[in-house]
Amino acid sequence: MSQHAIEFENVRKSYGDTLALDGISFSVEPGTTTVLVGPSGCGKTTTMKLVNRLEDPTDGTVKFEGQDVQEVDKIDLRRSIGYVIQDIGLFDHMTVAENVATVPRLLDWDEERIDERVDELLELMDLPPAQYREDYPRELSGGQRQRVGVARALAADPDVMLMDEPFGALDPITRDNLQDEFLEIQEQINTTILFVTHDIDEALKMGDKIAIYDVGEVVQYDTPENILENPATEFVEDFIGQNRGLKKLQVLEVGHIMSTDGRIVGQSWADVRSTGSVPAEVATDESGTPAHVAADQSTETALSKLVESDGSKLPVVENGSVVGTVSVDQINDASSEPKEIVYE
Amino acid sequence: MSNLLFEAFTYLTSNFDTFLALLREHIVLVLVAQVAATVVAVTAGILATRNERVKTWVLSGGNVSQTIPPLAVIALVFPFVGIGFNSAVLAMWVYALLPIITNTIAGIEEVPESTIRSAEGMGMTDWEILRKIQLPLAVPVIFAGIRTSTVMNVGTAYLAIFIGAGGLGDWVVTGIQLFNNPQILAGAIPGALLAISLDTVLGFVERSLDTQTTSGGGGAAADA
Repeated sequence: MSQHAIEFENVRKSYGDTLALDGISFSVEPGTTTVLVGPSGCGKTTTMKLVNRLEDPTDGTVKFEGQDVQEVDKIDLRRSIGYVIQDIGLFDHMTVAENVATVPRLLDWDEERIDERVDELLELMDLPPAQYREDYPRELSGGQRQRVGVARALAADPDVMLMDEPFGALDPITRDNLQDEFLEIQEQINTTILFVTHDIDEALKMGDKIAIYDVGEVVQYDTPENILENPATEFVEDFIGQNRGLKKLQVLEVGHIMSTDGRIVGQSWADVRSTGSVPAEVATDESGTPAHVAADQSTETALSKLVESDGSKLPVVENGSVVGTVSVDQINDASSEPKEIVYE
Repeated sequence: MSNLLFEAFTYLTSNFDTFLALLREHIVLVLVAQVAATVVAVTAGILATRNERVKTWVLSGGNVSQTIPPLAVIALVFPFVGIGFNSAVLAMWVYALLPIITNTIAGIEEVPESTIRSAEGMGMTDWEILRKIQLPLAVPVIFAGIRTSTVMNVGTAYLAIFIGAGGLGDWVVTGIQLFNNPQILAGAIPGALLAISLDTVLGFVERSLDTQTTSGGGGAAADA
């Protein structure tokens, strides 16, 4: 028994004389999203393909749920792992329902169970079955097609999903929406996800853990917060790019930096508002009503609300009651550079 | 001219039993050659997409088969299969191969790389990918090839008479020898009409096979 969903142990992969992966080792914990990020040709997609054996390693072992994938039947292995690619690869001659039913059909589920599962997934993906079941992929928008792609990958309820730049071909607004939706869905389904992207912002947003690739090797494998705080190499620093402070605000939840003392802390937010006991320094939105953030929202959102108003504090609300407040100064402290950096 | 057409029509109606027999022979020739050609050409086309070397052989074979005139094929094969129906069908079969082969290859190769890749990643075997993904997507294209070669062979079947296999060519050739223009036309015009109607019917079938354009509830026969 192993507690890791996927393990890479000193994996090397070469194509002729070209070395694609030069001894990578890391493990992916169950139920988490691990993002592989790096420039084109760095080996991140190859790494992913090693998991469902679309590629085989030249050297080293890849383990899936504790078992060496080389010892598992390729076809069985692939059917137990969800797979989503950038071009989606929907089957144009099949309806949305038939597309989603692909793997359950391969696994010989009975039709009734397949139908139920298809409806359930389309519901989850915000594609009402009554409306979309019988549509053909060509009738859908890019965002809808990718939702079908994700539903299809989830169909047989895999423990692990591989997603190769799943949102890469979408426009920024659709991409952003799908990312948000997917984060919500991921909380419900609790699947282990290996996610490939070349976009560091997407990596920071989606990942519980991030593996940053330079050519053929993983240069840092850590949480988004730690990567932003302590980039391991100059390459990582360059790859994160500018505005490291701001990026940190995107991954930092308000709950981690709020102060928990204050006059209104512990009261119900609805009561505070209805009794008119909102402190004067509390920020208001453009219509003049007092603003607030949720504890699991990003510090960036809090900052944006504070900047848009003239208040200096923002109540943090969780399950209807005020659990703390956050101010521009606190955010400032949180985003400042680590102390060990010496300015010359 | 209209007088000639009228005479041709009179010739046809007064020899209607013979006409039906010739028409039947003609259609049977086309049908048998076509079914045999489809089976062989689709198989060859599929094999060709699996292996580059096989593809070279299949395509050059198909090209040669298209280049040799049917009469030459008859001349080559009748010492072995004899005079009559068999030789004629063989010649027409050879002639029908190429359009179906090229369209089978094109249809399968047109399936987007990403579609194949995701099918593979979801755990379909090569055979499942062929049967459930590549062939269904290629069917409209393959069918277009069958349609083209069918129409071509309605014309080729007129030569069957030279080897004693009957068909509408009987009236055309006899008419030429006897300078009997009404008889020539009575043999030729029905063939033209046959080609046009087969083309129309097969074209209709072809469009209904293309599920990607006939969306909606109607054409639900896609799950082959």
